[in-house]
Amino acid sequence: MMQDPIRIVLAKIGFDGHDRGLKVVARLLRDAGFEVIYLGLRQTTDAVVAVAEQEDADAIGLSIHNGGHLTLAPRMVAAVAERELEVPVIVGGIVPDRDIQALLDSGVAAVLGPGTSAADVVAVVRTTVAPE
Amino acid sequence: MSLRDLTVPELLDEARSGDRRAIGRLLTLVERGGEAADQVAKLTHPDAGKAHVVGITGAPGAGKSTLTGRLAAGLAATGHRVAVVAIDPSSPLNGGAILGDRIRMDEPIHATEGADPNNVFIRSMATRGQSGGLAVAVPGAVRLFDALGFDPVIVETVGVGQIEVDITAASDTTVVVVTPGWGDAVQANKAGLLEVADIFVVNKAERPGASDARRDLELMLDLGGHPAWRPPILMTTAVDNVGIDEVSTAISTHLGHLRESGEIDTRRGVRARSEVATRLHAFLLTRVDETMATTEGEQVLADVDDGTVAPVEAAHRLSNYI
Repeated sequence: MMQDPIRIVLAKIGFDGHDRGLKVVARLLRDAGFEVIYLGLRQTTDAVVAVAEQEDADAIGLSIHNGGHLTLAPRMVAAVAERELEVPVIVGGIVPDRDIQALLDSGVAAVLGPGTSAADVVAVVRTTVAPE
Repeated sequence: MSLRDLTVPELLDEARSGDRRAIGRLLTLVERGGEAADQVAKLTHPDAGKAHVVGITGAPGAGKSTLTGRLAAGLAATGHRVAVVAIDPSSPLNGGAILGDRIRMDEPIHATEGADPNNVFIRSMATRGQSGGLAVAVPGAVRLFDALGFDPVIVETVGVGQIEVDITAASDTTVVVVTPGWGDAVQANKAGLLEVADIFVVNKAERPGASDARRDLELMLDLGGHPAWRPPILMTTAVDNVGIDEVSTAISTHLGHLRESGEIDTRRGVRARSEVATRLHAFLLTRVDETMATTEGEQVLADVDDGTVAPVEAAHRLSNYI
């Protein structure tokens, strides 16, 4: 049987209007055969988790360009855990190198910073989503 | 508890007790097809048949998702538990998809007073190779929602052209969404999508040409004689929540008509038979592949390669093994 396509929810949280990057990522994941549930701008943590639940998503991709990654990403990880979902949270956008370890320590599964190649984005999402 | 360790009957128990994760998981199994999906289909069949299944279809960009979101929000605010299956196309090149319907649905639901988001369940689905405007898993997903007590179940098709009318075989009531400037009276009388509407919605009705669109549809309906149900034509500006209540009312009026006239049984009979046919077709395709891979199959195919047997003759011979 053919393997299910990987389903990923892509969103930006709150006051952060830079969605060009997320659109690029959505497109390159689509071209790599993913099913992308695209939520785009101005989402809330709870709304994204509710969507991940309904869509039985394999991963949540958060794009953050407003400097709030150390607050927003751990909050998302906690909300996912609280709903007892087994969905890894991947963070992309502008994340300074010095913050990457803190994000990983908080439970973020992977960080895709500036300069990550298209191939690496696809590869990281694939390996993050544990094969069933 | 990890949902992945649960059996289908266990997942159904969790889903019935309101666990939305279990519903999401069951929908994944339905989409995957195969044994687990068949099990879901069999176990949900006895409880299904109560929900009003509403199809929303129309051209890309007509406003189907916005309309669907507004309808779902209104229904949830009046105490309904609503399910939405929102379909977008898979790439024919790589199988990927961008499922972007619900981006226009979640917000009005959260913004509508009295609409509990927990009373709405939206699932995005990619067509995964199916043409006709739907995904293969739609009947199974609709049956699951129905059995879990969601009513109505709204199915939003991919953006369609003129001939993708599979939705009529999947729903009780078909709503066709058009916009000003979509065409003229000649377009309106062409065969296809417009023939299958139970309700017309002219969305973006604040734009120029809305009354022309309405007139052309009226003319088309006038030429159709006097059917027992004449599809109403409703004007909406879904993005501003204008005209949505009227659409909702028309949808329930149509359900009343289906029940009074007995047509609901006819339509559901057609739906059940169409699902049997689809299943049989899939079964036969598998059998065809299997037969061609047997020893007899290989022999006949070798004769075709030699040019000693015509392809049509080879097909006749192998059909005996199917």
